Amino acid sequence: MTQMLNTNDGTASTDSAHKGGAASGSTIRSNRPVPLLKRMARSWQLYVLLLPSLIWLVLFAYLPMYGLQIAFKEFNPIQGIIDSPWVGLAQFARFFESNNFGPLLWNTISLALYELIAGFPIPIVLALALNALRQKYLSRSVQLITYAPNFLSVVVVVGIIMMILDPQIGVVHQALGALGFEAPQFLTDPGWFRHIYVWSGIWQTAGFSAIMYLAALSSVPPELHEAAKVDGASLFRRTLHIDLPSIMPIAVILLILSVGNILNTGFEKVLLLQNPLNLTVSQVIDTYVYEVGLKSPIPQFSYATAIGLFKSVVGLILLLAVNFFANKTTKSGLF
Amino acid sequence: MAAKSRTANRITETRGDKRLNITLLVVLGAFSVSVLYPLIYVMSASLSETSAVTSGEVWLFPIGFSTNAYTAVFESPLLFRSILNSLFYAGMVIAIGTFATMAGGYALSRRDLPGRNLLTFAFMITMLFSGGMIPTYLVVRDLGLLNTVWSMILPGAVSVWQLIISRAFFSQTIPHELLESAKMDGASDFTFFFKVVLPLSVPVLAVNMLLYGVTTWNAYFNGLIYLTDEELYPLQLAMRNILVQNTFDPAKMAGVDPTKIAEMQAIAGKLKYALIVIASIPPLLAYPFVQKHFVKGMMIGSVKG
Repeated sequence: MTQMLNTNDGTASTDSAHKGGAASGSTIRSNRPVPLLKRMARSWQLYVLLLPSLIWLVLFAYLPMYGLQIAFKEFNPIQGIIDSPWVGLAQFARFFESNNFGPLLWNTISLALYELIAGFPIPIVLALALNALRQKYLSRSVQLITYAPNFLSVVVVVGIIMMILDPQIGVVHQALGALGFEAPQFLTDPGWFRHIYVWSGIWQTAGFSAIMYLAALSSVPPELHEAAKVDGASLFRRTLHIDLPSIMPIAVILLILSVGNILNTGFEKVLLLQNPLNLTVSQVIDTYVYEVGLKSPIPQFSYATAIGLFKSVVGLILLLAVNFFANKTTKSGLF
Repeated sequence: MAAKSRTANRITETRGDKRLNITLLVVLGAFSVSVLYPLIYVMSASLSETSAVTSGEVWLFPIGFSTNAYTAVFESPLLFRSILNSLFYAGMVIAIGTFATMAGGYALSRRDLPGRNLLTFAFMITMLFSGGMIPTYLVVRDLGLLNTVWSMILPGAVSVWQLIISRAFFSQTIPHELLESAKMDGASDFTFFFKVVLPLSVPVLAVNMLLYGVTTWNAYFNGLIYLTDEELYPLQLAMRNILVQNTFDPAKMAGVDPTKIAEMQAIAGKLKYALIVIASIPPLLAYPFVQKHFVKGMMIGSVKG
């Protein structure tokens, strides 16, 4: 990911050097040997290649952004997006003043933080362990097994959770019963919701997330390990002082991305795990937007859009802030 | 953990290392088992005798053997239909999305494309900020796509992230000299893209196809908000209604035949396991097949320079 964005900068600078330093400046356009329009005409086939994705971008990314204006209006289906009356920040004020605001924000943030704190280090540890293991064929089989669930759908994963934790015939219930314990109501007890959500996510994605780190580990020069070995460093020491530092840059970037996405908690999975009994902890911002905006018999488009916009803006600010912080401290920010 | 810190304090190399290696084996082994177990359990339950499943006897291997749950899925008009729908949606997105992504990613990777930086920026900004659920829904509605197959295909037809990854792949693997020499021989941009770039880009082509296929096959939420006609439901949405919402109506699933309805009622529990297995097959099949390309393509596009 870094390289991707760095490449962008790198090529951009060679680009402008190549073209006489005017990639976007309109004032010097007339000084160019070949006028812009002529160059554009010469590249018409490239624009044709770009056209399908560009049309998609306008329709499904920019039109919705234009539609965001209904967050500041009282949307009325008869008048439509443009003619509905402006209400300023009334929708936002209504959300901030509602009793749902505090719990929604807390549910979203606590779920995401739990996921981040538990889910972020595990792939790192897994990759270090896989890399340190002496039996390489076992290391490869463990990799193969642990990253298989990554491509399963959320419906499948939640389906498996529900079958295994079923209060009547689920294996967990039976096993606990055989040991003489009474199984908790995993699926309906609000106390269990966050654990189930986070740990099933780790079950599904840890193996796959480790790939990134493993790729970085494979580029550690073996001489480093050999030299350390000669100096008497144990396997654990070498893992800690050679391997771990070599994956830190990638770890920082992935951390920035996760913090930036902190409010976008896997909403599709939350929605599937949600039921009326655990709603006190499982209602997050996105599921609430769905509920008031689309599921409700009287959809409140404007109110729901305002809540969604609030979430996007906070998310964007978080991303920029973390990136700024990473640039300041480690010079390894995203952009 | 205790073993780890002990080995850290001891410099006696071989014995400490051996102990750590054993610890690693045990921990990694336990993790692998915990990943595999649920998958094996579901598989076994779907193949066991109906009575063994309903009484909860199955815990690891199948008890008895019966494939009636699978037959029931394929005989149920609605479920079979949803499988075909999902295959169709995935196929369409693979075709449209992969083409748009490869072509667009290539065009944006060309240093001589006027407006390239601005256009790339226009794509990238949507990864940071988007209109969100409701405005997107309104666009789909206003385009008249609600309750049509296109609502399952077009909104997810292009992944900006994949486009940017593909663009990075092209700008790193297709040398500018290659283009110049092809131009010298009179090749147009079209010819160069189709005859030179595409054959050189099999890894990224495979990655795009795999990702579009799996994402579309796995999606349920778009179906939930855009579709009301059950005939158009993708498999994941039909499954969600049976597994999660527990809205299982044997009459609707089995059609009009009363004996079929009774059969369906009896295997309702087992049917869920069979559905999970069926829905997992395409992603699990796709993954070893394209794994080689996947890791390669992803790494070139993202981390490696």
